[in-house]
Amino acid sequence: MASLVIAEHDNKVLKDATGKTVGAAALLGGPVHVLVAGQDCKAVAESAAQLGGVEKVLLADSPAYAKMLAEPMEQLIVGLAAQYDAVLAPATTNGKNYMPRVAAKLDVPQISEILGVEGPDVFRRPIYAGNAIQTVQAAAGKKVITVRATAFKAPEGAGSATVENVTAPADGGISKFVGEELSRSERPELTSARVIISGGRGMQSGENFHLLEKIADKLHAAVGASRAAVDAGFVPNDYQVGQTGKIVAPELYIAVGISGAIQHLAGMKDSKVIAAINKDEEAPIFQVADYGLVGDLFKILPEMEQELTKLGY
Amino acid sequence: MCWVSPTGKGIRIPMKVLVPVKRVIDYNVKVRVKSDQSGVDLANVKMSMNPFDEIAVEEAIRLKEKGKVTEIVAVSVGPQAAQETIRTSLAMGADRGILVKVDGEVEPLAVAKLLKAICDEEQPGLVILGKQAIDDDCNQTGQMLAALLGWPQGTFAHKLEINENAAVVEREIDGGLQTVEIKLPAIVTTDLRLNEPRYASLPNIMKAKKKPIVEKSPADYGVDVAARLKVLKVTEPPRRHAGAKVKTAAELVDKLKNEAGVI
Repeated sequence: MASLVIAEHDNKVLKDATGKTVGAAALLGGPVHVLVAGQDCKAVAESAAQLGGVEKVLLADSPAYAKMLAEPMEQLIVGLAAQYDAVLAPATTNGKNYMPRVAAKLDVPQISEILGVEGPDVFRRPIYAGNAIQTVQAAAGKKVITVRATAFKAPEGAGSATVENVTAPADGGISKFVGEELSRSERPELTSARVIISGGRGMQSGENFHLLEKIADKLHAAVGASRAAVDAGFVPNDYQVGQTGKIVAPELYIAVGISGAIQHLAGMKDSKVIAAINKDEEAPIFQVADYGLVGDLFKILPEMEQELTKLGY
Repeated sequence: MCWVSPTGKGIRIPMKVLVPVKRVIDYNVKVRVKSDQSGVDLANVKMSMNPFDEIAVEEAIRLKEKGKVTEIVAVSVGPQAAQETIRTSLAMGADRGILVKVDGEVEPLAVAKLLKAICDEEQPGLVILGKQAIDDDCNQTGQMLAALLGWPQGTFAHKLEINENAAVVEREIDGGLQTVEIKLPAIVTTDLRLNEPRYASLPNIMKAKKKPIVEKSPADYGVDVAARLKVLKVTEPPRRHAGAKVKTAAELVDKLKNEAGVI
């Protein structure tokens, strides 16, 4: 019953989602191995070897995996899958990109974005933008699973797994990385931040997001946005929290000028504490908020910043 | 006319495009879980084309308007009523339809197998799909089809350009945007901001009634569509309850610090 977890990383740093996916894999009951596929990513493999509950790390170091393109990733994972009963990846845009290819090649269904493991072959997953939860049982055979990382905890303790090199199959050469525009930020990433402050259409412009950034800097928070704010061009797409954006579950989520459309709630309603600031007291966001403040955000945000300063943040 | 070179390596532009479309619960409808936990209540609720598929149809039409595409074939796998979904794509600007009739839910792998069989017959240069359906939220079919065909994929497309023998796809990824170049024939799946789909005009709705839709069954393609996953139950998600209202920013900060202990 061994499981293989595909690591999420940027060739330098192992992402938190990997440990949480290891946590989900551990619930299946067997030993857990981690595959680190990338370029010049030995340091990532060494971090993966220190995750609790990991028995072995496979390192596939090749230019073909530098950007984790789906086509070479499929070939690599399918080649390794014979030795495993389950293959799991975090449901990041990378995992969502390559995993269904792996499932199709293995002729098994994929179980997408699991939230819970009820037994070795029974899983809970969200459907209809999280408005319903489906419990599904997999048939016999290999399981291919993507994991909603925020729903799981990384196993405790430190591991000391062995790192083994695996040889990369020849790349088919049908896809090519051209370039990327990544948002650079000193703030924590949305999917692993302890505190998130998000803005919606009520922010009125991209410039006004600096009001959120000032508070984010004090709370070491990540800055997010609703789909409306992204569609309006206030901030780039990678800020989007929601069903089709990022799914987050921080300790504290502060929603500012966000009405609370179903698809936004689907992305953040598992946060431990939700605070909402909105001028419309009927806004649906208040139905899920632990703390609601009705008022003008352009007045409230500077006050909040001052208050935090006063308290030494 | 679409032409594949004898070596199978090239696609001549303009080319044929296949656009799969799914009939799903309308995105404005509030979903209700049935009390017997067997699923969600679909009786008498409004059904529409999956929003991501509308974006796919729109993108195909724009490519045709730019002279990159000769013909757009809309395909749906679903009940007889999915014919309406195909009609909607025809009214937007697709040329003809194929309905593979299946009652009940069909898993993405089975849909991908049906689409592969249709691609083998139709030989499109490009298949554009929605990145996910808003009912099962699987986000699988396009990638599975790509794997079954051995084609490259550009998923979560934000921008699409067709060059000689290749598609250049700007993709929405967790860290921002990524651009890949994929050889044709290829699979593209759409993200929200690829385009804004048009509404069908009344004359085009009338014209669409004359466009052909062929009806097929999974057996025609030799594909077994039996479910491989067993749905044990469908339940309501845990509910959150509205908490307290605070009056000032100072009170909010105080509560977050001293009551909730999260800052």
